[in-house]
Amino acid sequence: MISQYIVNGLLTGGLYACLAVGFSLVWGVLNVVNMLHGSMVVLGAYFCLYGVQQLGLPLYAVAPVACVILFVFGYAIQRGLLNRVITQPILITLTLTFGLDLIVNNLIIHVFSATPQSLVTNFGTIEFAGVRVPVVRVGGMLVAVVLTLVLYWLLRHSKIGRAIIAVRMDRHAAALMGIRIPHIYALTFGIGAFMAGAAGCAMALIYPVTPMMSGVFLGKAFVICVLGGLGSVPGAIIGGLVLGVVEGLGTLTLGQQWATSVGFIMMMAVIVLFPTGIMGKKGYE
Amino acid sequence: MTKATTPVLELKSVSRLFEGIRAVDNVSLKLYAGEIVGLIGPNGAGKTTLVNLISGFLSVSSGDVIFDGASITHKKPHVIAQSGIARTFQIVQPFAKMTVLENVMAGAIYAGHRGMVQARDKAIECLEFTKLAHLKDMPASELALANRKRLELAKSLAMNPRVLMLDEVNAGLNSSEIDEAIRMIRSIAATGITIVVIEHLMRVVTALAERTVVLHHGAVASEGPTDEVMRDPKVIEAYLGNKFAQRFAETSGAPVARPA
Amino acid sequence: MIIDRAFALKIAFGVLLFACGAGLSAVLDNYYLQVGTTLAMLCALCWAWNIVGGYMGYPALCMISFFGIGAYAGGIAQAAGVSESLAWLIAAGVGALFALLLGVPLLRLKGHYFAVGTIASVEVLREVANNWEQLTGGAVGLNLPIHAGSPDEVGRFFYLAMLGLAFLAFLITALVDRTKFGFGLRCIRQNEQAASMVGIDVFKYKVGAFVLTGVLGAATGAIYASMVAFLEPKDAFNLIMTIEIPVMVMLGGMGTIFGPLIGGVSYVILKEFVWAYFINWHSGILGLIVVTVIYFLPVGVLGLTWRDIFKKLGASKSTRPATSDIARSTS
Ligand SMILES: Nc1ncnc2c1ncn2[C@@H]1O[C@H](COP(=O)(O)OP(=O)(O)O)[C@@H](O)[C@H]1O
Ligand SMILES: [Mg+2]
Repeated sequence: MISQYIVNGLLTGGLYACLAVGFSLVWGVLNVVNMLHGSMVVLGAYFCLYGVQQLGLPLYAVAPVACVILFVFGYAIQRGLLNRVITQPILITLTLTFGLDLIVNNLIIHVFSATPQSLVTNFGTIEFAGVRVPVVRVGGMLVAVVLTLVLYWLLRHSKIGRAIIAVRMDRHAAALMGIRIPHIYALTFGIGAFMAGAAGCAMALIYPVTPMMSGVFLGKAFVICVLGGLGSVPGAIIGGLVLGVVEGLGTLTLGQQWATSVGFIMMMAVIVLFPTGIMGKKGYE
Repeated sequence: MTKATTPVLELKSVSRLFEGIRAVDNVSLKLYAGEIVGLIGPNGAGKTTLVNLISGFLSVSSGDVIFDGASITHKKPHVIAQSGIARTFQIVQPFAKMTVLENVMAGAIYAGHRGMVQARDKAIECLEFTKLAHLKDMPASELALANRKRLELAKSLAMNPRVLMLDEVNAGLNSSEIDEAIRMIRSIAATGITIVVIEHLMRVVTALAERTVVLHHGAVASEGPTDEVMRDPKVIEAYLGNKFAQRFAETSGAPVARPA
Repeated sequence: MIIDRAFALKIAFGVLLFACGAGLSAVLDNYYLQVGTTLAMLCALCWAWNIVGGYMGYPALCMISFFGIGAYAGGIAQAAGVSESLAWLIAAGVGALFALLLGVPLLRLKGHYFAVGTIASVEVLREVANNWEQLTGGAVGLNLPIHAGSPDEVGRFFYLAMLGLAFLAFLITALVDRTKFGFGLRCIRQNEQAASMVGIDVFKYKVGAFVLTGVLGAATGAIYASMVAFLEPKDAFNLIMTIEIPVMVMLGGMGTIFGPLIGGVSYVILKEFVWAYFINWHSGILGLIVVTVIYFLPVGVLGLTWRDIFKKLGASKSTRPATSDIARSTS
């Protein structure tokens, strides 16, 4: 019984990691809390659904295209809109992305529709040691985790990835080193959108997705990002898995309706208990 | 100047560790009313850290700080400020978007214990003293460096301090600005305020301080009348390194220490 | 307290405005009374938020937590048989207590963490209201006793009640603007370290401001609850509204006495006007308004001086911020 919940939690957690990693990267590197992230996940899911159901294309062809469209969308939003206010106080950037979220979400409802949609997939289930899991969930989770790991590898080993990390650590020094900050910002936001799209595609395979779910997705991203640490890819994976399992166990002990609250309360506890670790060092000179 | 028998401010074996490094190492000091004390030492000697410890911005790892006969060792910065210890920041910290007048008023209101109206009068008085009165309605962020340093001074003065610690208020100023600052600091001390001048420029310290304390690696390397301290071989060593100290000792009887 | 002519004029103007508002209640029909009540409610919330968000400069996104807590506290009290006015007082007290409990941990945080912590409080409270059915009636909702009287009388009563609360919030703002307390908040907004250096008890001031905001928000919520006589978690803890309030204040000018009023009124007019023509695009239009406000009035109507406007016009010619500009911005 417990093992079933833990396995379910881990499977969900893998998806969560993919869902949160882009949000975390944007927060860590750009210092922007991207309220638009949830809608980008939904957008990814809907592109995927549209390609498969309306155009009749195979999933493996549609999903990458959906992600790339989101990358372009994210790059454009950052380059065209967010870069202009990136030096403003937090309240401004947060509110701006919230406004954009309202617009995008409204557009999704109009262009697609508000009714829940899901890809009808049945790849059967596998059973192991008394734990039953649908194959599609394992697949979705694996794809999500592998993508997240690829992102991690790219950040460490590609030229652009290292530039992103340099900007995250010290943007002033990075600028002096000749890194084009506006471009790096836009790339980072684009990557965040790409990962959101990937998470959306994986979600569409498993859950019926509606535009209303953007808030839920955003909430998960918040929690994971705070649990795992800003802008940290491994942190997002760990945070995602922890959240998945904690929600699973919360469901088991308190009931389904409390699962989300448990995550939020855990996040608030982390924020409150580790303010210095999160706020960084203080200096008085 | 005759010294009162009880010090205004006394440090008893104060130490502060940063991840194992002793930034301030077992420092004991006594400051008396109305005197100007120089605090010198090479970069990283622990001068700013010492100011932070006294003003409560950092907590001491061990030791005791006594102000006016009572321990202020673990008091919060605002309590210490209200009780009469003011400090300036080495990197100036103005309320950037408030006017010059408002900046100084802030000092007069809280630590100076005044109502808004009296605080405004006091602030104008302090601005006149520091020759900033003509800039009083300008946002603090628009001041030039020399004036920002003076603003820090005016703000601290408005607090009615008994002890005033000036952390490199003259760094980055030109020669005539420094002369002006020296005059100001002298006349502040004449009102009975105890002043600690932290400086890199020996010329300022020799001009102002009767007594000087030298910090090196967080510990007091030398202490005494300023001119004697300046001739102390240990001070020269602290500033210029061992070899230079030896050479100075060989070639000249009375070298004067200069910053590294 | 420094009272100069400009300030005295502002207060006189404000008092006159509220007196006119109260006088209008005799002639307005029910529809306009309702619009006026909503307006007064939003302005009260804006003034309340302005203390923490404007004067103190903390990105508090929990205005609706205070509002909802007050609504439920007053609602539950009234449903239990407590009289309306006492229920409002209880709600204000609960609001103060809640703000204290939330503020003490959250006000140690800065920037995004503070913002996220405050938003999370809205989510947590909504979930609690949804799930704690014995207390709140859960998702089904909570019914309150209906205020007795003819629709016109009831409409007028709640209009005047909201207006009175907005007036109170206005007066408190005027005090904050001119007293030692408000001056300290402005110092904190600029530089907390320097604020403690001049002797300001920074943490106490921050908690004090948060509690003041909380009390006003909760009182507003309680009056709202009595007025609508029915509470649902998704209404009482509405995430959109928790961001709309700061947007309104931004529109009018943060940290000013009249900013919340100007912002609240123009935002409501803007919204009503646009919504009337685009029924299906409510949230999209709202988003557009938010984005427009951010782009074109980042300091708000009252925060802009003529000098700023000229600077802005000059700056807008170079469309993109220089790399060094972006690089200079720190967390
Ligand atoms: N907040 C801090 N954390 C860690 N080390 C610090 C901190 N502040 C100062 N130090 C260290 O303490 C030593 C003394 O620094 P400081 O007091 O600034 O020197 P000074 O003002 O004499 O130049 C230096 O080695 C510095 O690196
Ligand atoms: Mg120093």
